[in-house]
Amino acid sequence: MNAKDDSINRDEDQPQFLSFTLGDEDYGVNILRVQEIRGWEEVRDIPNTPDYIKGVLNLRNTVVPIVDLRIRFNLKKVEYTPTTVIIVLSVEKDGSSHVMGVVVDAVSDVLNIERKNIKAAPNFGGKINTRYMNGMVMVDNRMVVLLETDKLLDQDELAALESISS
Amino acid sequence: MSVDLEQFHQVFFEESFEGLDIMETGLMELDLGAANSEDINTIFRAAHSIKGGSGTFGFQGIANFTHVMETLLDEMRDGRRQVTREAVDSLLKSVDILRMMLNCEQDKSNPDTDKIQQQMSELEFILGESGGAAAIQAASAGSSSETTGWHIIFEPDANMMLTGNDPLRIIRELAEMGDIEVKTNQQKLPAFSELSPENCYLSWDITLRGNITEDAIKDVFLWVEDECKLTLTPIVDTSVQPAAEATSAAPAVTESVAPVAATASDSKKSTQSSSATSSIRVGIDKIDDLINMVGELVITQSMLSLLGEDFSMQNLEKLQDGLGQLERHTRELQESVMMIRMLPISFSFSRFPRLVRDMSSQMGKKIDLIMSGENTEIDKTLIEKIGDPLVHLVRNSLDHGIEMPADRIAAGKKETGTINLNAYHKGGNIVIEITDDGKGIDQDAVLNKAIEKGLVPAGAKLTAQQINDLIFQPGFSTAKKITDVSGRGVGMDVVRKNITSLGGAVEIQSEHGKGSTFTIRLPLTLAILDGQSVIVGNEIYIIPLVSIVESIQIKTSMINKVAGKGETFKLRDEYIPIVRLSRVFGIENAKAKTLEDGLLVVVEADRKPCGLFVDDLLGQQQVVIKSLEQNYRRVDGVSGATILGDGSVALILDIPGLLRMSVRH
Repeated sequence: MNAKDDSINRDEDQPQFLSFTLGDEDYGVNILRVQEIRGWEEVRDIPNTPDYIKGVLNLRNTVVPIVDLRIRFNLKKVEYTPTTVIIVLSVEKDGSSHVMGVVVDAVSDVLNIERKNIKAAPNFGGKINTRYMNGMVMVDNRMVVLLETDKLLDQDELAALESISS
Repeated sequence: MSVDLEQFHQVFFEESFEGLDIMETGLMELDLGAANSEDINTIFRAAHSIKGGSGTFGFQGIANFTHVMETLLDEMRDGRRQVTREAVDSLLKSVDILRMMLNCEQDKSNPDTDKIQQQMSELEFILGESGGAAAIQAASAGSSSETTGWHIIFEPDANMMLTGNDPLRIIRELAEMGDIEVKTNQQKLPAFSELSPENCYLSWDITLRGNITEDAIKDVFLWVEDECKLTLTPIVDTSVQPAAEATSAAPAVTESVAPVAATASDSKKSTQSSSATSSIRVGIDKIDDLINMVGELVITQSMLSLLGEDFSMQNLEKLQDGLGQLERHTRELQESVMMIRMLPISFSFSRFPRLVRDMSSQMGKKIDLIMSGENTEIDKTLIEKIGDPLVHLVRNSLDHGIEMPADRIAAGKKETGTINLNAYHKGGNIVIEITDDGKGIDQDAVLNKAIEKGLVPAGAKLTAQQINDLIFQPGFSTAKKITDVSGRGVGMDVVRKNITSLGGAVEIQSEHGKGSTFTIRLPLTLAILDGQSVIVGNEIYIIPLVSIVESIQIKTSMINKVAGKGETFKLRDEYIPIVRLSRVFGIENAKAKTLEDGLLVVVEADRKPCGLFVDDLLGQQQVVIKSLEQNYRRVDGVSGATILGDGSVALILDIPGLLRMSVRH
C-alpha cells in the first residue's frame, strides 16, 4: 500500500516503471497501470482474430484478452517457458478503462526514473512506429523503451491494424 | 383482471426525474435564436416520455401539463417558433413545476394547484392560444384561494431536541419567508428543579404573513414532522390583494419569495431520490432464502474443515458427501443470487392490460390483449429500460394499428382487434414481439409523407422494408390528428434509440390491411443461459440450448455434395446444409476429419435449420454470460464468453451470426 502511495506522490517528477524483456530488448510500462503479474497459462483461443491475440483468460471471473507482445512487435516467436509471464494492465480510453494482458518473456525490475532523464523517442524513419512509445531511458547502459500502453492496446488501433494486415 | 400499478410507480418516478434532468440541462444549453433542432428534439423526447408514462399511470394532471409544454417544444422543433429567452425561461420553470408535481405524486401529498394553473396559463400565453383568457384565468385562480398568511401552532414533543432539531432554527427559517409574529407558550414549563435541560417544554404560536404556499411551510418542518404537533390554518384576508392581483395581466409577473423557497427544497428532495436510483428492491423471501443458503454453506464448511483436521482414508466417503453438499449449496446460492437480478418480464407486461383497456374505451375500439411468455426471465436493468419502448409500441398498435370496429367489419375482419405480446429466448437473445391484426402500414402514405417531410428525395424507389423502416425516423408521423396518445412522430425514434442503446434491435414486418409485427431483440447480457458444451480440437464452445433441435451422427449415405463443395445432408425429407465449426473458426487440430467421425448438432436460426459439425458433445450446463466486449470487442459468431467449472474460459456461439459467416466462407 505504501509503495503505491509513494509512487502516486512521486509520479510527477519521478514516475515508476515496470521493466520487462522481449528477447534482447528491454521495455517498460507505467507501474500505475499494472494490475498484476501472473505466470503464463493456457488461454482460450478466439476464432478469426490476428495471431497476436492469444485468446482470453479468466481473471477472477472477468474475461480478459491476452496480447502476445512478441508477435505484436514482429519479433521471433519463442516457446513459452516458466519465466514467461502475463502482465495484466488497465487500459484507459475516453475516460473508461478496460483490462488486457500482455505476454512477455520475463519481468525484470521496478525502475525509478527521473522525468528529466526520459528522452523522446528518436525518429526511426518509417520502419518503426514511435506512436506507441512514451520515450526512452538509459538504465545501467541498457536502453529501455517506455511504452504508451493506452495507445498500444487501443481497440480501434488493433482493429485498424487488423484490417491492414488482412 | 386487476393489476396493481403501484409497483411500477417507483420506476416511473425514477425515469421521469431523469427525464427532467435531461430537459433541464438541454434547456440550459439551448442557443437562443439559433437552436439546434437535435437539441430541442432531446428535450422534446424527455417530455414525451414523461407524458406517456404519466398517462399510463393515471397521473392526468402531469400528462396534461406536459402536453402543453410539448406543444411549445414541438413548434420550436419545427422552426415555427423562435427560441426566445421568455420561452426557455418559462419551460425551465415548467420543469420545476413538473418536478414538484412528481414529488407530490410520489409522496402522495397534494400539489399546489395554484402554481400549476399559473404556469399552465403562462405557457398557453406564450403559445398565444388564448392570451387574454389565460390572463383572466390566472387572475381568477389567484384570487379564489389567495392566502395572505398562515397561522401555525407548533408544539414540539419533549424529546425533539434529542433528535438534533432546534426549534429556533425552524422559526428563523420561517422568518425569512415573510413577516413573522411569534408568541411563546410557556404553560408546560416545569419548576426549575424539575427541568431537564435536554427536553423541550415550549410551544409556539406563529403568525406568518406573505404569499406562502402550504408546501413551503411544510418543507420547513419536514425533519420534525414526527416529533411535533403542527397545526396550519390559512389566514384568508380577502380585503387586501385581489385588485392588485387582477391588474397584473401577464401571468409571469406573479412571483414571490415562496416559490423560490419551495423550488430549493424540491431540488433537495429530487437529489435524494436520484441517489436511490441505483438501488434494487428485493423481496424479503428471496433474502431469507439467501440467508438460509449461506447458513447451510457455513455448516458444510465447518464440517469439511473438521474432517480435514485429521483425515484418514476411512473418512473418504464422508468427504465425498461433504463435497457433494458443498457443490449443491454453492449452486443453489448462485441461483438465488442470480434470482435477485432476474425478474420475469411480466413486471413489464402487466401494466398493459390496464393501458389497453383504458385507451381502447377512450378511443371507442374493441381490443383483446393476449400475452404469452410472461415468465421469460430478463435482467432487471433491461426490464426498466425496455418499459418505455414497449409502452410506445403498444400505444402505437392501439392507435394506428387497430381500426375502429365499423372499419374492421367493413374490411371483413372480426369486430374485436387483437394485440399479441410475446416474449421468448432465442438464439442468445430475448425476443419480444408485439403483433396486431390491424390495418398495417400503408406504405404509399408513408412514402408520400417521407417525401413531404424531405426525409426521402421525391421519386425515390424504396423496398417495402425500407419504407417500413421510415417510421423510425425522428419527426415522422402519419397521424392526421395530434392526440395525447401518439402522432407527434417522436415515439418510434425514441423506441429505436432506446433499444439500440441496450445493444438490441427492433424490426417491423407489416402487411397493409392485415397487421404489423414489431420484433425487439435484446442481448442476454447478465442473463443465464442453458448451454450445450461441444468440443472441436482443443477448444470448448457453448451452444445455446434454445437453438439446438437435435444432435445426430450421420452416415455417408446421407451426405450430398453440392457443386463439389457445399455439403448438405438429408434429414427426414429435408436437405440441411452442414457447417464445419473448425472451418469457420479456422481450428487446425480438429479431431474429426470426416463427417462420420464427429457429431452434427442441428441448430436453427431464423427458422432455417443447419447442421453444425463438431468433434464431440460434452455436457449440458447453465452458464453465466460474460461479455467479451467489456475488455475486448465483438467477435463474429460469438455472443459472449463464460467460465467453466475448471476456471477456463469457453466462448458462447452466436448461431445466427455463425451461419451468416459460413455463407461468406
